[in-house]
Amino acid sequence: MTVTDDQPLLVAEGLGKVYGGRVGCVDVSFALWPGEVLAIVGESGSGKSTLLKCLSMQLEPSSGRVCYRLGDGRMAALDGLSEAERRFLMRTDWGYVHQDPREGLRMGVSAGANIGERLMAVGERHYGRIRGAALDWLDRVEIEADRIDDSPLAYSGGMRQRLQIARNLVTGPRLVFMDEPTGGLDVSVQARLLDLMRRLTHGSGLSAVVVTHDLAVARLLSSRMMVMQGGRVIESGLTDQVLEDPQEPYTQLLVSSVLQV
Amino acid sequence: MAPLLEITNLYKTFRLHIQGGVEIPVFDGLDLTLSRGEVLAVTGPSGTGKSSLLKLIYGTYRAGAGRIAVLHRGTVIDIATATPRLIGEIRRHTIGSVTQFLRAIPRVPTLDIVAEPLLERGEDAAKAKARAGSLLERLAIPTRLWHLSPVTFSGGEQQRVNIARGFAASAPILLLDEPTASLDPANRERVLAMIAEASADGTAIIGIFHDAAARNQVATRIFALAGPG
Repeated sequence: MTVTDDQPLLVAEGLGKVYGGRVGCVDVSFALWPGEVLAIVGESGSGKSTLLKCLSMQLEPSSGRVCYRLGDGRMAALDGLSEAERRFLMRTDWGYVHQDPREGLRMGVSAGANIGERLMAVGERHYGRIRGAALDWLDRVEIEADRIDDSPLAYSGGMRQRLQIARNLVTGPRLVFMDEPTGGLDVSVQARLLDLMRRLTHGSGLSAVVVTHDLAVARLLSSRMMVMQGGRVIESGLTDQVLEDPQEPYTQLLVSSVLQV
Repeated sequence: MAPLLEITNLYKTFRLHIQGGVEIPVFDGLDLTLSRGEVLAVTGPSGTGKSSLLKLIYGTYRAGAGRIAVLHRGTVIDIATATPRLIGEIRRHTIGSVTQFLRAIPRVPTLDIVAEPLLERGEDAAKAKARAGSLLERLAIPTRLWHLSPVTFSGGEQQRVNIARGFAASAPILLLDEPTASLDPANRERVLAMIAEASADGTAIIGIFHDAAARNQVATRIFALAGPG
């Protein structure tokens, strides 16, 4: 990781989303640098998932814009990208980990095919290399090699989530969006997933934006944090700053409501 | 020689919104200067802000007013106004910290936890692990424990893992919050020797030592807090 890298990877400027008359998120601005993990926390309905979808081109923002540094170093507004550039980001340079792995996986094909598919989308055609990469990634996410031909339907929730992460990372993305990646998993399974995600992000230069309502997850994974309430970012800073010296009444309430973070 | 750390007119008050907006003043106009090789022992009764001072310097607590100037790679930077990103960089290179309690993800091996600050600096993995191993060895953590997570270790073992991590990447400024609190005499001596060596190498150290004997052994100066007037 080069700490002197002064160019942000992703920049949001005055980002907002209104659904009909209802506010999703309002006037969100921040920059994310290479290698950073940013946590977005807040209660359900606070706008954090809407923000994540606007950042990752799954929702069109009502106002403001998102800029991303493309592989050639050019900073480009997402709404001005060509269709080919958009496809490259969605299929290769970005990952998106859904809370429910069934949304991010194809449940009808094997685990190996789930991983291989992303490689084929970027032009890999050699069966041996695709299978090799799939086996390598299954190993990295601690799934036994002999489960490669099983359908994810035969996997546990924790395994499905690890498979979804492997599917996302096989193309070597520079940025991964995660929406409640540990939500709905048992605590012991969560710990394993956190360990895995931390190993994959730490020191690799991979950046991540992680939406979570779990402050402990934010504490262990992220270096920076934004707190959302009513669609707005009400507080942000280094993760330990926000958790140990929260300034806003709502953040203080949030932090004091958990037993130990 | 320019000081490594210079705090001027520092103010800090905690405002507890959810407890009726109670205000707890901690510092009102604190000044402090720290130079190379000094070991400054912060003393004072409980509640006078010893840990708060360390957390303000590390950027964990946000200053109300005043200046916390740190010499970072030849440039003076005010922690009180620095961006989170810059504070992150200062922590990687200029200010090391040993907190009272170890915080770790279950499952991460002890050796990796100790090596992490070096890896974050971009150090070679093999070298980082070798350095981590030599520190763990010095602090008498048996080799058979290195590949286990420290979450199940005893309090004293966890503290030694935390100390090894804090010393792994030598930084110009080192903050120590009760580094010898739960250690037996032999390990206490090991840690005090490491502090003395770091100081002899030029590291500027600010520590909280409840143990008066430990304090007297390593401190070159006492900084007594009395609480806000």
